[in-house]
Amino acid sequence: MNNQKAIDGIIAKYNGKKGALIPLLQEVQEIDRYLSKDAMRYVSEKTDVKLAQIYGVATFYTMFRLKPQGKHIIRICKGTACHVSDANSILKQLRETLQLEGDEDTTKNGIFTLMEVACLGCCSLAPVMMINDDTFGKLVPESISEILKKYK
Amino acid sequence: MNLSIKVGLGSCGLAAGAGEVYDAIEKYLAENKLNINLQKTACIGLCFEEPLMEIIANGEKSITYGQVTAAQIGDLIEAFQIGKPIPENVVLSNFMVASENENLQKQKRIVLRNCGIINPQSIEDYLARDGYKALEKSLKLERKEIIDEMKNSGLRGRGGAGFPTGLKWEFAYNAQNDKKYIVCNADEGDPGAFMDRSVLEGDPHSVIEGMIIGAFAIGADEGYIYCRAEYPLAIRHLKKAIVDAEAEGFLGDNILGTNFKFKLHIKEGAGAFVCGEETALMASIEGERGMPRIRPPFPAQSGLWSKPTNINNVETLANIAWIILNGASEYKKYGTEDSPGTKVFALAGKIKNSGLIEVPMGIPLKDVIYGVGGGMKTEKPFKGVQLGGPSGGCVPASLLDTTVDYASINKTGAIMGSGGMVVMDTGTCMVDVAKFFLDFTQKESCGKCTFCRIGTKRMLEILTKITEGKGKIEDLQKLEELSENIIKGSLCGLGQTAPNPVLTTMKYFKEEYLEHIKEKKCSAGVCVALQKYEIIADKCIGCTVCAKKCPVNAISGEVKKVHFINQTECIKCGICFDVCKFNAINKS
Repeated sequence: MNNQKAIDGIIAKYNGKKGALIPLLQEVQEIDRYLSKDAMRYVSEKTDVKLAQIYGVATFYTMFRLKPQGKHIIRICKGTACHVSDANSILKQLRETLQLEGDEDTTKNGIFTLMEVACLGCCSLAPVMMINDDTFGKLVPESISEILKKYK
Repeated sequence: MNLSIKVGLGSCGLAAGAGEVYDAIEKYLAENKLNINLQKTACIGLCFEEPLMEIIANGEKSITYGQVTAAQIGDLIEAFQIGKPIPENVVLSNFMVASENENLQKQKRIVLRNCGIINPQSIEDYLARDGYKALEKSLKLERKEIIDEMKNSGLRGRGGAGFPTGLKWEFAYNAQNDKKYIVCNADEGDPGAFMDRSVLEGDPHSVIEGMIIGAFAIGADEGYIYCRAEYPLAIRHLKKAIVDAEAEGFLGDNILGTNFKFKLHIKEGAGAFVCGEETALMASIEGERGMPRIRPPFPAQSGLWSKPTNINNVETLANIAWIILNGASEYKKYGTEDSPGTKVFALAGKIKNSGLIEVPMGIPLKDVIYGVGGGMKTEKPFKGVQLGGPSGGCVPASLLDTTVDYASINKTGAIMGSGGMVVMDTGTCMVDVAKFFLDFTQKESCGKCTFCRIGTKRMLEILTKITEGKGKIEDLQKLEELSENIIKGSLCGLGQTAPNPVLTTMKYFKEEYLEHIKEKKCSAGVCVALQKYEIIADKCIGCTVCAKKCPVNAISGEVKKVHFINQTECIKCGICFDVCKFNAINKS
């Protein structure tokens, strides 16, 4: 594994701090934008936290991703306000534009990963999506391809 | 004339393009060498009018402009300077002609006292508006006196359940231990709620000050703010606020020269709705899977790392400093006997003035929706309002006289909850709404209690069947039975309240369930499987486009002849409807 040094640094930073497993894994995830099995195994060996516990935490929280991710993460809001403002049509348009089929969530070129999230808290601008840390509101299906063009 | 300009840069403002507006103003001021003080602020609550810009003359008279674009900036500033009339459609409130915005007039802002007014990243701004004065006052009081003041104020927890805050503090105060914690629950997970996000983004110091006072009162020396990671701006503002408060001596050792010390940390959530439940939240801070624990022991006896812990919600904490400074009796002037004070609501859905409001408790729902909220956004009539997110329920039009207080709302079967209000019109299908919430709770159930884990799944299956026109009349009975058992058999609030959206919609909108089951019909036109696509023979010219685009080859017909949709093969995807240029497809 080629990330050992980076992971060692993160482990050292949290060494001895209580309740550190979640922030530690969050930082490890930032390296590759997902948690690989190797990375989790390595963290377990170095910290003496059981692999089962690490895997348990990683699968419990939705922010941990266990598969390689696209360069940009699109979070489409499926909260109540977005739901009643027809977020489904936005989702449909996104999947079409990104040419995602079946259960796929990452584009073939690895540029985008599409995630459905519960609520982004921008309900007054529903329907809403976030790309990385940028929020886009009052979406209509026609606006999608223009927005996606800004990301490469 | 001494001018300053404020731009709202909360998450909602930024999403609407306030960042570009701010940059444009900065550029305009520099290019024209204007000596105008440009300030950043956060959400004032008028989210539907974002981006917002306020121009203030001599620190008092101001005009607020809504839906501002970068291109308008120059004209608006110039018009203000020379007193030229400005297009009315961009003016929200003009304090120069004293016609204050009605939306703001009916409100009483205690929690949101600084939101949209101060720069949330400036501790000086907060201090200038009596910031940390309540802390100063508290440190001179006996700890018991602070708790009594809270008890007298009647403040109830704003996270949803409404437990009296003073009593909660007293439990933690009475717990004997050398180490205690205070925790701020900022894991606002209810879809449709964004009150806490706005407070944290717009006035982080008010929450921090509330926590420090609470810590002093109960005897805690360490605290955590557990904030969901979906709120990156709130976390950024909190981090800055903590650093500034430390530098000013409001946090750390020997606070304000006393021997009281308090250390505050931020914990970012990792995406789990159940972590809004206090025992699950503590498990998550400890680095575990966020699963609820059996109570008793209650957190006040054994909480974080088995130490006495007091947990309050963001909005509750934002009330504290105001109560200490103005007194419990002043606070009780607002609201009702049983529910004193104000409540912040997030208005969203099919309402005109969506955004953040703060109203005195006891105001009727219809005043919130038709007064402050401005009524419906479209011509479709009001159908119901969803209160309290996945734990709450839908209140129908016939109950709009219900007043906003804990007891009255509970009577309807909904709950006050954290304050999300999603307004629905006749274009919303209530069975679909119930399904939506069950889909949510089913996914978010942590899996510890069998009834919550499996029961919600079974309920979702039944609701899905009904929305697909495959429901049976006895399914309604099954839904009720499952609801009863899930409520009884679940350890935490998630499971205990998960059936509420189903129970309230079945109570108030039963005819819609029956329509789906008996007539296989969805009047709102939402349930896809119940839609029917047909070709209007008079309009079809036989262009074959629909037949070519149909993904399941359910459309047949020869060129230039009327086509036909085979209903048993049709998957109701709606593509034919979208591609037909001659409006020859009827959707019913």
